[in-house]
Amino acid sequence: MIEIDEDLCKGCEICVAFCAKDVLEMSDKFNKKGVHPPLVVREEDCNLCGNCMLYCPDLAIVVAEEEESE
Amino acid sequence: MKLVHPLMKYVRPGAISTATCTGCGDGIIAQAVLRAIDELELNIDDFVFVSGIGCAGWIPSPFFNADTLHTTHGRPIAFATGVKLARPDREVVVISGDGDLAAIGGNHLIHAARRNIGMTVICANNGIYGMTGGQVAPTTPLGLKTTTTPYGNVERAFDLCALTDAAGASYVARWTTYHARGLTRSVKKALTKRGFSFIEVISQCPLQYGRRTGVGNAVAMMKGYKENSLSVKKAASLSEEELKNKIIVGELVDKDMPELTEQIEKLRRIHE
Repeated sequence: MIEIDEDLCKGCEICVAFCAKDVLEMSDKFNKKGVHPPLVVREEDCNLCGNCMLYCPDLAIVVAEEEESE
Repeated sequence: MKLVHPLMKYVRPGAISTATCTGCGDGIIAQAVLRAIDELELNIDDFVFVSGIGCAGWIPSPFFNADTLHTTHGRPIAFATGVKLARPDREVVVISGDGDLAAIGGNHLIHAARRNIGMTVICANNGIYGMTGGQVAPTTPLGLKTTTTPYGNVERAFDLCALTDAAGASYVARWTTYHARGLTRSVKKALTKRGFSFIEVISQCPLQYGRRTGVGNAVAMMKGYKENSLSVKKAASLSEEELKNKIIVGELVDKDMPELTEQIEKLRRIHE
């Protein structure tokens, strides 16, 4: 599962460019900083490679395996 | 369930965001250093981070929740040498830019490497003076048009890895921000190394380098690093002509040499 802290994002689009599975897209909305944060659009395609998390210069993306809920 | 970034525990409360511009490679370097500490399961309170003036000086200070020393321009290694000599038990890490470490602080860099003092120096090399408006730096590639070289740079760039290798460093590696995994691996190795370790990270400055020189934004610069880099192994079989304008990434030097604080301790024991 991918979680984006939208208010930490500065809108550099590195996560969108380096996602091998095109999971992310830039959204139309504005965050607190006045930039467009990315949006998770195809989460089912994500293979948890963690590229977006690794390359995010602002520690705004977290990728983790989904915990099974009871 | 809300996920919390695993490295957020190392970020100083109140330092809500990195101090860098949109798409700056310094954030990727900050994350690589914190991830290396996390993966080695080291206590960040045992670290002293020293930085100088420039954009990269803001990587540890105030972002890392550890002891940080934000020093005068070009002098982080001089301050770090003092810290290491006074407290050899501390892990001393210098994180600064190319202008700080290679231009004004060039002499400190080569002498720390010569002394082989046990510290890790991470140089964020963006090839330009980013914070002051994109002036030419000693690491700017030949022919590049910057604010102060409108007709192209006529000076050759410093090869920082060859410089520290010649000065006697124990560990030397070069990576780019595209190679974040390799960088993390190298930081882990440098932190466990006893002698002087130097890691050069070719990092993007989308505003002063990318925009002014026409290379493009952060994504275009990182894709350029991907295309123009070669591993040490691959580069060994190529000629000098083929290696022109290429970035050689990987571990360049890894050797064991007597470390300065250990030598001083030995001397102290003999004369006690």
